[in-house]
Amino acid sequence: MTDTVGIVIVSHSKDIAKGTADMVRQMVGSEVKVAFCGGNPDGGLGTSVSLIIDAINDAWSAKGVAILVDLGGAETNSEMAVEMLEPARRDLVVVCNAPIVEGAVMAATEAAGGSSLAQVKAVAEELSAD
Amino acid sequence: MLDKADGQIFTGNVRLVHAVGMHARPAVKLTKLAKKFQAQISVRVAGAAEWINAKSVVKIMAMRAAHGSTIEIRASGSDAEVAVAALVDLIASDFPDGA
Repeated sequence: MTDTVGIVIVSHSKDIAKGTADMVRQMVGSEVKVAFCGGNPDGGLGTSVSLIIDAINDAWSAKGVAILVDLGGAETNSEMAVEMLEPARRDLVVVCNAPIVEGAVMAATEAAGGSSLAQVKAVAEELSAD
Repeated sequence: MLDKADGQIFTGNVRLVHAVGMHARPAVKLTKLAKKFQAQISVRVAGAAEWINAKSVVKIMAMRAAHGSTIEIRASGSDAEVAVAALVDLIASDFPDGA
């Protein structure tokens, strides 16, 4: 199998982020790179731009990275993390408008087949289409 | 694209033996397998009005096929015959791990 789109999971809770990543690995398999982050650096609830950037680097693929988020700050901080990447990589990272658990499983399933970043994002977002 | 089997449709029927029906894990396995083929592949619960794209994990998960129901598969394209056989085998063998 050629390179596949990577998946990043960003939750306010590290437990939710880790649990979602576990579900993706068990249900979809290990051919898709999955990274997660959750909680602020003090161990409380929250999201951190620098941890999101680390996760993007961990899941990095030449085909791009799709980010799944939970509530408000997870999305704005993820967008900020994308803006802080080098210009050449910025266009290869997207934040998906999808429920975090379902979106991550659907996106990873699509990615496993070798689909493009746009296709992976579209499949995750099918969930919130109706 | 030239396709020697163009227009020819292969079909298969298989009983869903999975204890809880077509739930999340089986749906992911079916979709992943379907994506390995070039053929256009559709499935439905026997007699259902609509065929569902076997490569759409969202739609497969939403089809909610029950335990004991019969799944109909049809495919067209160069590797359609192999694709139908592979999917029938996956469902008949109850979605083994590693599939």
